[in-house]
Amino acid sequence: MTRLPIPVRAVLLAALLTLGSVAAPAPALAVNPDEMLPDPALEARARDISKHLRCLVCQNQSIDDSDAGLAKDLRVLVRERIKAGDSNDEVIAFIVDRYGDYVLLNPPVKKSTIVLWAGPGIVAVLGLLALFLFFRKRRGMTIASAQAPLSAEERARLAKILDGDQK
Amino acid sequence: MYLLPLVLFAVLAVYFAVGLTKDPKIIPSALIDKPAPTFDLPTIPGRKGDGFSTADLKKGQVSVVNVFASWCVPCRAEHPYINKLAEMGIVPVYGLNYKDTPDAALNWLRNLGDNYTAVGADISGRVGIDWGVYGVPETFIVDGKGRIRYKQTGPIVGDMLETKILPLIRAIQGGSQ
Repeated sequence: MTRLPIPVRAVLLAALLTLGSVAAPAPALAVNPDEMLPDPALEARARDISKHLRCLVCQNQSIDDSDAGLAKDLRVLVRERIKAGDSNDEVIAFIVDRYGDYVLLNPPVKKSTIVLWAGPGIVAVLGLLALFLFFRKRRGMTIASAQAPLSAEERARLAKILDGDQK
Repeated sequence: MYLLPLVLFAVLAVYFAVGLTKDPKIIPSALIDKPAPTFDLPTIPGRKGDGFSTADLKKGQVSVVNVFASWCVPCRAEHPYINKLAEMGIVPVYGLNYKDTPDAALNWLRNLGDNYTAVGADISGRVGIDWGVYGVPETFIVDGKGRIRYKQTGPIVGDMLETKILPLIRAIQGGSQ
């Protein structure tokens, strides 16, 4: 077998690696072709809804990218509701009626979730307030000590240091 | 002022300690105090006895609905306690056989005992979704008007039947009958 010259081999290898890295990130699709709706517009809506619904078995994946049995059942259910003429909100309400707000990956702003939504903002404001107070106090202290006249003791010490310098 | 970091630490420590005792896998049911879903399921093909439907839950008595499957390992551990509860005769215990193959389910019941008042075979899992089922075993307590009053996610094992389920059943029986 004849071997290709090294530069050619390097180019071929680079090409292969590039192809590989382009192809690799495409994730394995959880949605099976047989689940999909024939109408691309409806299927796109189903995909969009599915991306916002939590898989209850895995909990940190949406039903759109989970391989769990229940996720598949819910994907099929979402498509059935769409085919039956439900709007996106109606489909989501149908699932929320059964599983609660927990299935929503983006929780709604409600009395029970207000801490979740407002918490980070409140903590940030408190932090900024603490920083502001801290620096204001420090600045006040620096200015106060800068403006105070030297005491007799300090003047004597200063004179001693300056005298010492001249020697 | 020097106490502040200590106080902050103590507050956070208590907060996280409480958090550690909670199981993130337990999701509160959206169906508590709501009417049980509408369904009418035949029994497992080949099993003698009745199917299970919403009408069974509206007969004026508190009932227990146990969601089980032969492929579910914790159900196997739980089943003797479900049998025991059914034997006590204080409540009808209905079975919802979730996403199972009839042969496997029949075999399972033959080996472990079948004390259910009636069993519905939910082969597609669609009725399970209406009940908000996400991990078998799950057990519901339904009051006489057919409203879901309590949901247990995960197996009833050990002393849970005595310490948790039976007192709840008695409380609901005493309450809204």
